[in-house]
Amino acid sequence: MKERLVQLEVLRYNPDTDTTAHFQRYEVSCPEEGVVLDALNKIKETIDPTLNYRWSCHMAVCGSCGMMINGEPKLSCHAFLREYDGVIRVEPLAHFPVERDLVTAPDDFIEKLKRVKPYLIPKAPKPISEGEYLQTPAQLKKYHRFTLCINCMLCYAACPEYGLTPKFIGPAAISLAHRYNLDSRDGGRDARQEVIASKEGVWECTFVGACSEVCPVHVDPASALQQVKIASSIDWIKEHLLPGGGK
Amino acid sequence: MSKPLIREVPPTSWYFRHPRYLRYMAREITSLFIGAYCVFLVFAMHSLAAGPSSYEAFLLTLRSPASIAFHVLALVAALYHAATWFNATQKAMPIQLGEEFVPGNLISGAHYLAWAVLSIAILFLAGVF
Repeated sequence: MKERLVQLEVLRYNPDTDTTAHFQRYEVSCPEEGVVLDALNKIKETIDPTLNYRWSCHMAVCGSCGMMINGEPKLSCHAFLREYDGVIRVEPLAHFPVERDLVTAPDDFIEKLKRVKPYLIPKAPKPISEGEYLQTPAQLKKYHRFTLCINCMLCYAACPEYGLTPKFIGPAAISLAHRYNLDSRDGGRDARQEVIASKEGVWECTFVGACSEVCPVHVDPASALQQVKIASSIDWIKEHLLPGGGK
Repeated sequence: MSKPLIREVPPTSWYFRHPRYLRYMAREITSLFIGAYCVFLVFAMHSLAAGPSSYEAFLLTLRSPASIAFHVLALVAALYHAATWFNATQKAMPIQLGEEFVPGNLISGAHYLAWAVLSIAILFLAGVF
């Protein structure tokens, strides 16, 4: 198997001893077809066991290994070494607190996910004896793209609005809310709109579009957010300009 | 004493971090030219309302190099703004017909077509043809 020599410059931060972060350079030999995660694993196994980072599946499914690679939010298991020349700079995901080395704290994102009620809220209670909720292929396709999110948070690391205004609910959470709002089986849109149509919600988005460019599973959050803006505007027009609040 | 590290985003220079942010800022800055051109049109109407001599003087200033440069810049800004806007329409307004979604290029293309038709109509009304 052909090998290549890889140089990585990795951001290091030890919360127990450091007040600032610093870069540490490593040089390892990796298989030609390897990914940045392979290089990190090789460093941990053979050079520096103190290096910290998260990973799990190594196949772009679990969403654990997101980091900034040469300034771009990427899954490190999906960042092929052959696509990089020279020293590869590896940093923790932007816009999240760094717990240690490449490990960031996802708490803010998890809290925001909970706030948008990312689950089916039936329109009316229905006993199991009445059977399942049926859905046509067209109804499924309407929202299917937005179900693909793996919660990797790359979109938050790419979104300058989230970096500048951390209260912004952000691309993935709003996309997921939109996914449930579009679901024919759901009746929880009003409850979600309270959160996502607020100032902290979709109106904080200025459509930079970076979220969609970095999404590893092509959810296209920018599209979801613009659709939410249009739907929320129509709600406002109905409520304020039509007689009887458009009801 | 374990304390997470907060890496602040530079509030005035963040857009230099990546070319995609510069492209975004370029799109935002085009709005300054659009706004300036609106102010210019107000001045144009004001000079027209003030009488023929005032309007003649205004037409003369239009021929100055500074005015021509401003018009070229405003045109480039307006074209860039319009193109990025029309390209974005397919994201904001997906259309599902039956099971399938209409290809995004068709949605953006329809906007370009409407733009061309309206522009020709306005040029026609202005007596260009």
